[in-house]
Amino acid sequence: MTMATEEGTQGAVEQLRLRERLAKLRELPLLRGVGVSGEMARLQRQIDRIGAEPSADEVWRAVELARHQDRPYTLDYVERMFDDFVELHGDRSLGDDAAVVSGLGRFAGRTVGLIGHQKGRDIRERTHRNFGMTYPEGYRKAMRTMEVADRHGFPVFTLVDTPGAYPGVVAEQHGQGGWIARSQLAMLRLRVPSVACIIGEGGSGGAVAIAVADCVLMQENSIYSVISPEGCAAILWRDAGEAKKAAAAFKPDAAHCLELGVVDGIVPEPPGGAHADHDEAARLLAASLEEALAAVERLDSEERRRARHRKFRRMGLFLE
Amino acid sequence: MASRIDVSIEHRGPEPEERKHPNTCPGCHSHYRDDELEPTLRVCPQCGHHFPVHARERVNQLADRGTFEEADAELRSADPLAFFDLRAYTERLAEAEVATGLGDAMITGPAMVERRPCELAVMDFGFMGGSMGSAVGEKFARACERAAERRAPLVGVTASGGARMQEGILSLMQLPKTVAAVDGLREAPSAFISVMAHPTTAGVLASFASLGDVIVAEPGALLAFTGPRVVQQTTREKLPEDFGLAESNQRFGHVDAIVDRRELRPFIGRLLTLFTPR
Repeated sequence: MTMATEEGTQGAVEQLRLRERLAKLRELPLLRGVGVSGEMARLQRQIDRIGAEPSADEVWRAVELARHQDRPYTLDYVERMFDDFVELHGDRSLGDDAAVVSGLGRFAGRTVGLIGHQKGRDIRERTHRNFGMTYPEGYRKAMRTMEVADRHGFPVFTLVDTPGAYPGVVAEQHGQGGWIARSQLAMLRLRVPSVACIIGEGGSGGAVAIAVADCVLMQENSIYSVISPEGCAAILWRDAGEAKKAAAAFKPDAAHCLELGVVDGIVPEPPGGAHADHDEAARLLAASLEEALAAVERLDSEERRRARHRKFRRMGLFLE
Repeated sequence: MASRIDVSIEHRGPEPEERKHPNTCPGCHSHYRDDELEPTLRVCPQCGHHFPVHARERVNQLADRGTFEEADAELRSADPLAFFDLRAYTERLAEAEVATGLGDAMITGPAMVERRPCELAVMDFGFMGGSMGSAVGEKFARACERAAERRAPLVGVTASGGARMQEGILSLMQLPKTVAAVDGLREAPSAFISVMAHPTTAGVLASFASLGDVIVAEPGALLAFTGPRVVQQTTREKLPEDFGLAESNQRFGHVDAIVDRRELRPFIGRLLTLFTPR
């Protein structure tokens, strides 16, 4: 009985908090110049949904969907969104990291550079793709496509889907941390426009390494986080089994990332999630990428670079 | 109700290792009083082990006496997620501030080192594991901007477990934020001397710390994106004995110089002179 009352009160408090957040969202310059189709309405729908369900479950659903084994991966989108695509292999130094796909493709009648994490669907391919966990070679390969695109004036798209950079001995020896840093720097310095989209798991440094774009989008059921829910639970709760609790606490879902100003827009998925209909998921993603690109292309290259700097310079909340 | 459940969780998992006294040398087991280690810059006189140094003490070790002026001392972390694990984030912050006397895990400000002007940005591992949240990112970005404005070099000293989990995705965003700040230094151009102390890991290694024009490491410092315990647990690989240490990093080409702390100040002085155009 006491419990029920407590929960009731908590529910009311939560509703109040959400209404406040929604009001705040309306005031925010949410999609500064980025007219991702019907964004506000979708946002409203999403917030309503969060308001309607217990937030912890909602967040965990996003975690599960982001990792769904049938969720489309980078190459599934490339196949559907691009008229032609030539993959560029290797980092010209040491190897070819299969956890990253990079290349040049034709998108909406023009050439773009594409970089994306790639996971595998069966055991064999998963191992080959190292579960989408990148070695430094992968970031160097990504930087090579960025450089080619920049030199030729092709916009850069990145699709982010990784549990994190690979935590292995050789990856460390090859300078994992340093290459994640340099990949971010390379994206910050691009003269061409860039659009990133988190299409599954946006796992920590391995994700942000290729997500420092003019416009950063998130699919409705993707997650973007500083650490995996399991990792956070293992450290702060001292029990990896508390992952759901950890996820609820650090809120890696798209709506929260949008609210915190970390992403610029949410890309809708087909009913049930992207895994339910790859074609429709690709169509929705392509539409959002095209709109976002059109928006960031309005600026000239120097203005755009300055705007990109300012955007990431502003990230964070502190007291003074 | 909820808090009672949480308390029981706190006792799960393996027992913490027996804690050694912080002034007992892990290298040779010599034990020191605090005032014995201060004049040796917290380096063990017996075996050369480098003990951790708090941020203020580090500033005193590096800056010419009385030249450091702390900037943004009032800047504090917010609690954007109202984060609560086993304890409230705000409580952990308050406790860290009392324990270290610092507002967050980094102090910044202009100083002179060996009579050369520079900007210092020094981290303190004692403040929540030197973790980088919004306050650290903002302080570092401002330090870079001050340095760029007067074309002075920036000297960073890092000691960090990585991004601060309690600020969630906003902590991850401090990676591109500090990288953008270093890019500002490069445009000025102002030199960036990155001194990596033990431990410089995860989000800090994967952002500004790795972007120094010159990267200096302290002997025996762990410099790794992923620490040895997690690598071992995740991959079951056999770890080399010097896994992730400064010496291994130098061998693989990630570090310019390993400098004994007792030589660090003159070494930085030389670099500052070299980075002075004429």
